[in-house]
Amino acid sequence: MKIEQISLFAENKPGHIATPARLLAREGIDIRSLYLADTQQYGILRMIVSDRRKATQVLEANGYVVKATEVLAVEVADQPGGLADVLDALDGTGLNIEYMYAFPNACKDKAILIFRFNDPDAALERLQAAGIHPLASGELLER
Amino acid sequence: MAPSAVECHPASMPDYTPASQLRDLQLQRLQHVVARAWQHVKLFRERMDERGLTPENIGSLEDIRKLPFTVKSDLRDTYPFGLFASPIKDVVRLHASSGTTGKPIVVAYTKEDIDVWTSVLVRCFAGCGLHRGDIIQVAYGYGLFTGGLGAHYGAEGLGAAVIPASGGNADRQIMLMKDFGVTAMCCTPSYFLHLIERAAELGVDLKSLPLRAGVFGAEPWTESMRRHIENGSSIEAFDIYGLSEIIGPGVACECQRHNGLHIFEDHFYPEVIDPETGETLPDGCEGELVLTTLSKLAMPMIRYRTRDITSIMPGTCECGRSLRRMNRIGRRSDDMLIIRGVNVFPSQIETALLQVEGTLPHYQIILTRAQGLDQLEVQVEVTPQMFNDKIGALQDLHCKLQNALDHVLGIRVKASLVEARSIERSQGKAKRVIDRRTS
Repeated sequence: MKIEQISLFAENKPGHIATPARLLAREGIDIRSLYLADTQQYGILRMIVSDRRKATQVLEANGYVVKATEVLAVEVADQPGGLADVLDALDGTGLNIEYMYAFPNACKDKAILIFRFNDPDAALERLQAAGIHPLASGELLER
Repeated sequence: MAPSAVECHPASMPDYTPASQLRDLQLQRLQHVVARAWQHVKLFRERMDERGLTPENIGSLEDIRKLPFTVKSDLRDTYPFGLFASPIKDVVRLHASSGTTGKPIVVAYTKEDIDVWTSVLVRCFAGCGLHRGDIIQVAYGYGLFTGGLGAHYGAEGLGAAVIPASGGNADRQIMLMKDFGVTAMCCTPSYFLHLIERAAELGVDLKSLPLRAGVFGAEPWTESMRRHIENGSSIEAFDIYGLSEIIGPGVACECQRHNGLHIFEDHFYPEVIDPETGETLPDGCEGELVLTTLSKLAMPMIRYRTRDITSIMPGTCECGRSLRRMNRIGRRSDDMLIIRGVNVFPSQIETALLQVEGTLPHYQIILTRAQGLDQLEVQVEVTPQMFNDKIGALQDLHCKLQNALDHVLGIRVKASLVEARSIERSQGKAKRVIDRRTS
């Protein structure tokens, strides 16, 4: 299953992540994953949140430019080879990972990998064919 | 009262023409230039016709007020040669300055025009106390810009030894100043401030050099900048004024009294008008400077609106020149910015942003001064159309904006991407220019 991640543009200055974080907190929106890609001048804040629609609404209402992107979340065993096995399944397909990030789920000895592919549908198909089943958004939020 | 021949360059004699004689000469030249423009320049003739005017209607200097104004867009609309009054076979030089839509503004000179230009610059330099035997380094850009070649011809005409250093390469400029024993510099005041700072970094003490004068122009500057320059280099700093549309540098220049700029009004007739109503204002009143070229052949300019705000100073200068003086230019009546001597219009920035994005994002121009040099930053708000969650795509966009701005403006500026709605709106409209330069 594909998951919708939201991204927003932030200048690389003190306080520029605090404001959106507070806006989401006030609405009771949980940030399940967060990754910051940055340059010296600006960055992109990427988040998977408990309520994407509401989050988009509240951020846009406060002047943020928000973009929704389809990503795939794959749960792997948190042990050597966990990531390599997933990447092996993509070998030779020409599918490109535009970016990815990962976070551990310590209490279950698992790790969750988030992928942004150039072609998410083809990537999903390929992973499923290899017996890898990306998480649905509900599953991710439960973990 | 003309000074003795010892202290006065022969070319400076017209500076001391008695006022009544000067007015007669101006009227005679005005009648001539109006007739010439009427005869050879279609746009001017049409405008005269609309008002029911012919050159015969100019019977006195006051009659100049009947004539239509010429504005910068007239040069653009008739690009490239539409305002020429001479056939190209009589033109010996073409210069161009930045325009607002990518097309430059073209100006032309006959041999006689170059001679007039040279003569007024000789008078500028002589008025600054320079003469044969001086070594003058010209650090204005040589090329399409009128500054470099204009100052060069003037300095050569004076009989000085000229170093055509052109702009840029501060270390080499300082080396030349030091090794060649340069006695006078011509450049923008901001560039000279930069040279002062760079010299200090290189351990060169400008105060110990033979350098004694700087003739600075092509951008507005202030008294406090003059003090800063003079304290930092122990030179005497002179303000020179000019614009390509009229001739280039040499329309007006300070003398050693430093109390206003003498306008070479035997060649350039000055008026100050109310920029709103177009009414001519009396001497002493601040308004927009309007200039008429009295002797230019290739491209006469009749009542050209400079957009520069100044006033004509009443009374005469202690130096004895009969030429009227104007106050230094402090600001403009349009939104043109002068950055390191280069004209920049906010509309050019819009053109560049449109080229990249197809739509106009909110943007703001921030002016600062670092190490004596003006810096221009263009902050662009990231719109939903521009935003991409891939950092590489944003960097690409940033790079494209940077290149488009550099290309359209012709100078290096800083492009920045900022958050949407981060630029303050006043009554829904963004304030386009924030000037943080301290004088």
